[in-house]
Amino acid sequence: MADRVTEHDEQRTEETEQRGLTQPLELRSAHGDSSVPAVDGMPEAERRPREAIFSLDDVMVSYNRKPAVRGVTFDIGKNEITALIGPSGCGKSTLIRCLNRMNDLIPGAKVEGKVLYHGQDLYDSAVDAVEVRKRIGMVFQKPNPFPKSIYDNIAFGPRVLGMKGNMDELVEQALTHAVLWDEVKDRLKTNAFGMSGGQQQRLCIARCLAVEPDVILMDEPCSALDPISTGKIEDLMLNLKNEYSIVIVTHNMQQAARVSDRTAFFTVELSETEERTGRVVEIDDTEKIFTNPSDPRTEAYVTGKVG
Amino acid sequence: MSAHAQPVGTPSAKNRAKDRGFVIGLLLCVGVSILLLGVLLVDIVADGAGNLTWNFITSFSSINADQSGIQAAFWGTIWLMGVCALFIVPVGVATAVYLEEYADETRWYNRFIELNIQNLAAVPSIVYGILGLAFLVRGPLSLGPVILAGGLTLGLLVLPVVIVASREAIRAVPPSIREGSMALGATQWQTIWRQVLPASIPGIATGVILALARAIGETAPLIVIGAATFIAFNPEGLDSAFTAMPIQIFDWITRPSNDVNDYRPLAAAGILLLMIMLLVMNSVAIWLRNRYEQKW
Repeated sequence: MADRVTEHDEQRTEETEQRGLTQPLELRSAHGDSSVPAVDGMPEAERRPREAIFSLDDVMVSYNRKPAVRGVTFDIGKNEITALIGPSGCGKSTLIRCLNRMNDLIPGAKVEGKVLYHGQDLYDSAVDAVEVRKRIGMVFQKPNPFPKSIYDNIAFGPRVLGMKGNMDELVEQALTHAVLWDEVKDRLKTNAFGMSGGQQQRLCIARCLAVEPDVILMDEPCSALDPISTGKIEDLMLNLKNEYSIVIVTHNMQQAARVSDRTAFFTVELSETEERTGRVVEIDDTEKIFTNPSDPRTEAYVTGKVG
Repeated sequence: MSAHAQPVGTPSAKNRAKDRGFVIGLLLCVGVSILLLGVLLVDIVADGAGNLTWNFITSFSSINADQSGIQAAFWGTIWLMGVCALFIVPVGVATAVYLEEYADETRWYNRFIELNIQNLAAVPSIVYGILGLAFLVRGPLSLGPVILAGGLTLGLLVLPVVIVASREAIRAVPPSIREGSMALGATQWQTIWRQVLPASIPGIATGVILALARAIGETAPLIVIGAATFIAFNPEGLDSAFTAMPIQIFDWITRPSNDVNDYRPLAAAGILLLMIMLLVMNSVAIWLRNRYEQKW
């Protein structure tokens, strides 16, 4: 097993280097000339991020053969915050869950197309889903602390992964990182259920940081929180951006505008058989999406003309 | 305007009488069951309390009623419960974990297992006695009428109770806990062992205690597998012959009593002791549930 992992590592660095060579060219042409023809069926204005950590190619996720979202092709940048916005049922959450193979846990879920992470196909049969989830952490909509002490919540990940080192230090580090240490340092041994909702969500982020991931996926992390807790989590995200790549699903457009570097707008398409399937309308720099989107549907949504 | 200005009417006499009648009917039903239990308790206490002495607990059964005690049966029951618990906890919890966490409900064999477990809970206990006799006491295992055979027979009898209770406890752990654990890179087994099972221990423990509380009063299967009725020694191991409290009580009741030897108060005292043990077990189960139950 260990051999196989290193093999993958080598392969990945190789591919990342190749990417590094070719990408700046594409980037420049996309920036310089706005009349570049549509790539992969995407609107012309699509721009590539500086360095891609995920490359999605015609991804379709279906539940029991019914497609929930399809035709997703875009890159997600390293050390960037990428926001996925759109109306309910447009497949944002479905899509974010296929970035760390959480959809594997849902019976009947199937992912087609290519999800490349550092150039490696996450759905390759040789890829260990458990290893994927260790590297690509996730924070959920509703804070889900474990029914254990604050300390054990943080220590759980490092323990199951057999991480070496001083556990007390690890816990302190993770909590400090999530700007929670000062609030909880005197009650580390108390049950995490005694914390406020906002603290619980930051605990979940700290828990995720403790296993030293590469990417953090956040599925509507603030939807259950008040504006003050939301503000704290947004500040935290901006802090974390330097070390991690973040993908966030949000229903709150102001949130997307405040924190994200790039925004993908999804919509729901009704097929002839009345089946609802999510599609990507466009992905671009957040500023452009909110001030000068290429697609009228995006404009209608971000300006609040449609719900 | 005028319609709204009128005061809100009072309920009609007919409706009020109906309401009253319904509540009284309910109270009557509750009353009947409480009354029956009360009569039973008073009767048993009146007959047996005088005999429930330390001497009664520490003496072996005897022809002489005044020297007779329940010691062998008491320790027989404790041994049976021990064997039963050691059998039902691992098997019951493992079955529950499989059915809740791994089994694909769309497969026919998993649905078949589920259906069977539900049916097993309704099988009369004497049938388990026959099963124990045919497969444990005689037949393939040929253990003889010993503690091990008795404990396993009772275990088979209450296994469905443990499985159902454990499944419910496991199902009560929200999926978000499993997701949170898996998202950190824990394997499914690590998630079950370190998150799901610890969180469901109170529910599982409650189920196990209630299952044992059912097993402790079972008589028929033990009679069928050939438990002894008259023994003057405590069990010394899994291969000891044994008697159990319900059997001892049954034996005392069936013995002809006369002026010299009246066994009936002994039976009452035995019942009282059995009921005290049951009460303690159920109290522990309730306490466990209230003390450790996780509010999600």
